Amino acid sequence: MRRFAVKQALVPLAVFGALAFVPKLTVDIPYVFQSSLDTPGTLQLLALCLVFGGLALTYDLIFGFTGLLSFGHALYFAAGVYVECIALTKWHWGFLPSLAFTALVGILLPLVLGAVSLRVGGIAFAMVTLAFAQAGSILVFKNPHKWTGGEEGLGTDYTKLPAALVGIFNTKNLYWVALAYAAAVFAIVQWAVSSSPGHIWQAIRENELRVEVLGLRPYAYKLMSFVLASFLATAGGVVYLLLLGGATTDVTTANFTLTLLVMVVIGGTGTRWGALLGGVLYTWANQRLGDASGSHAVSSLPSVLRTPLEQPLFVLGVLFILVVFFVPGGLARIGRLRRPRTLQRLQEAMQR
Amino acid sequence: MSTFVLLSITGLGLGAMYFLIASGLSLIYGLMGVLNFAHGAFLTVGAYAMWFTESKLGGVPLLPRFLLGAIAGLAVGGVFAALVELFLIRPLYRRHIEQVLVTVGLALATVALVTAIWGNDARTVAAPGWLGRTTTVVGAHIPNDRWVEIVTALVVLLALNAFLRRTRYGLIIRAGVENRSMVTALGIDVRRAFTLVFALGGIAAAIAGVLSNVYFGTIDPQRGTSLLIFAFIVVVIGGLGSLRGTAASAVVVGLVQQYANYYASSGLGDLSVVLLLGIVLLARPRGLSGSFA
Amino acid sequence: MSLLSVGDLHVHLGESHILQGISFDVAEGGVTALLGRNGVGKTTTLRALMGLVAGAGTIELDGVQLSGKPTHKIVRLGVGYVPEDRDVFAGLTVDENLRLAERDSEPRYELVYELFPELKERGKQAAGTLSGGQQQMVAIARALLNDNRVLLVDEPTKGLAPLLVTEVARVLERVSELTTVLLVEQNLGVVARVARDAVVLDTGRVVHIGPAKELLADRPMVHRMLGVGSAAAA
Repeated sequence: MRRFAVKQALVPLAVFGALAFVPKLTVDIPYVFQSSLDTPGTLQLLALCLVFGGLALTYDLIFGFTGLLSFGHALYFAAGVYVECIALTKWHWGFLPSLAFTALVGILLPLVLGAVSLRVGGIAFAMVTLAFAQAGSILVFKNPHKWTGGEEGLGTDYTKLPAALVGIFNTKNLYWVALAYAAAVFAIVQWAVSSSPGHIWQAIRENELRVEVLGLRPYAYKLMSFVLASFLATAGGVVYLLLLGGATTDVTTANFTLTLLVMVVIGGTGTRWGALLGGVLYTWANQRLGDASGSHAVSSLPSVLRTPLEQPLFVLGVLFILVVFFVPGGLARIGRLRRPRTLQRLQEAMQR
Repeated sequence: MSTFVLLSITGLGLGAMYFLIASGLSLIYGLMGVLNFAHGAFLTVGAYAMWFTESKLGGVPLLPRFLLGAIAGLAVGGVFAALVELFLIRPLYRRHIEQVLVTVGLALATVALVTAIWGNDARTVAAPGWLGRTTTVVGAHIPNDRWVEIVTALVVLLALNAFLRRTRYGLIIRAGVENRSMVTALGIDVRRAFTLVFALGGIAAAIAGVLSNVYFGTIDPQRGTSLLIFAFIVVVIGGLGSLRGTAASAVVVGLVQQYANYYASSGLGDLSVVLLLGIVLLARPRGLSGSFA
Repeated sequence: MSLLSVGDLHVHLGESHILQGISFDVAEGGVTALLGRNGVGKTTTLRALMGLVAGAGTIELDGVQLSGKPTHKIVRLGVGYVPEDRDVFAGLTVDENLRLAERDSEPRYELVYELFPELKERGKQAAGTLSGGQQQMVAIARALLNDNRVLLVDEPTKGLAPLLVTEVARVLERVSELTTVLLVEQNLGVVARVARDAVVLDTGRVVHIGPAKELLADRPMVHRMLGVGSAAAA
């Protein structure tokens, strides 16, 4: 394992360190946020941004760094959300035991499903992951033993949670938890990618055949990357559950994985900060566009313009299309306008 | 027995709709290498175009109103698909990943746009009364819309087949599915075939949209997305690029879904279809007809 | 008079610099052979001429620039292609394979059926069920249907039995009376029989240009540039 260059660690430390001070800042940033930085409303939004930033990065670990196109990443996130919620609310477990159990699921589920899915590659792999995620979604809707709450979702039994994480006044604590999550994912992904297995992941992305010829088994490395990414996604699911106070079915849909794809591409796949940036921006835009649709500026627009702008997903979808056309490298690569190699490699992987 | 017959016909009716969506998906992927995530949007747009047309023809008697709505749905679906290919897909020639990504963005934007204009709630679609009534076969009361779905899908299958076998563009498409670059090496501009295939796929998806309006009686913005998953499963099981494989697997998927949902437990049908996909892919990564990528 | 001229052609595939500045001319009429060991870039050269791979450099046919044009436009300027693996469409019938290739208003079926009578008999047969030799006939026939300025032919005798190799050589002779041919071929016997000029490649560069007969008569040079010994005579 190579040691981290100290220089490399400075910028992230500064960024995450600075972000830790946000709940102390009574600062208004007009248009960007609805209220001052230290208010629960803004902190909740920032926390959400950080969770999705981290989640997008976990997706980029398999997509951008290992070259695996998965349409089922949402499954592991949803597993974190639902398993934790069920353990607390339906099985009446304590906080720590439920966390431990969810962590266990977070390792075993991708290990089993990944072991099966990775037997195939390219499009077939993408479809198998889609299938498994769909199966999960169906299972949630079916509401076996009335555990998942079906269509309506499931609220968390907050009496089981540590007091510091409950209630609107503790939003800043949840913010710090989300920040810690994003920072941890960033650190782990950086470390993993620059480690020896990490180099092999990138080699697999570049040319799987060559890796085989070297006597290594790509399968084992792909599985490693898959399990790590999925485990981190499950952890994100737990944080998300804490933030929202309950589990809802929209995190189980294929659409959700697709929004992760959108986040990662907008931000810049296969780069240090890209996925994180994409996740944060997407989440922020989604929320703020929704807020803005009620605002005076938008409601005074002629209805031809106003109607579509009231739907955040319309704006984000169009933005995404524009990014794909003009900045396929994503925002993190905004200086370089050529098509990033990551996408070229992915195309080759799909055609296998 | 009569339940079995009802389930079977319903399964075939669903399979008919799956086939209509899947046929376009299959040809598009087979010829162009593009996984078209916006295909569900073609369906939704066609279905809404039908509903919208019907709602604007208030005074007209039901049957012509329905037929005009259906024709409008088809036309809008086909034109929309052709425009998408011309302006969003063609400029990204050979950049397959970007093409797929663009369809993802388009899918999100289109559903959002439809939601913005007409809201999230389901809208009722008017259909001739005969479609809502039942015909009794072997003691089973079959809703008449099932017959329409099955016959329509058969007609489309035959028409597509005839197109592929008897016309020059059909020849180009069949050859292109096998080996796109060799077709260009014969001096043929495949890009026109691409637009054609997108348009045909859009029309077929719009037909499915029109039929789904009848099957469900209503239309909502999520219709295309929810049916698209099954269409993907059908295409992958049947073999990307193979029309016959798609038809066969559409029948299998529709039937399995119905039987499992009834005889095992509700929701299990959807689950078993999904697992069927997983099993097929793991056993034969090339799909049943062996014509992947 | 040069029909086809290639100037400083470079092709990169992935990280490899396959063609490193190829320049040669193809004179009108007759067969020019493109020779070299396996992997030197012969097929890549043809594919670059066809626009199937991206290349930098100049390619001129009758004074018209081909480089940068899309493949179908290049073909329409009068270039026929018989690829290395034949690439006939297996799911289409022989007739359909030929029909697909039609470009001119009067495709030369008479010529094609005169050279390959079997194709007429097997018209309705699926091309995928044909033998290697028969598929080769279809591939050549496709290129002959149209009145092309030049034919790019890539190893037409590869994998064929000796009797069929003779057949192909005979066909090539006949074809060369009608059109200019740029022929990639490993079988030196065939080359000796049909080729007028020879261009030899080695690791992405042109190492020799000259009359074919002279080159083939020079055994040490043949050995040095084209590998051990020489392939079986036609």
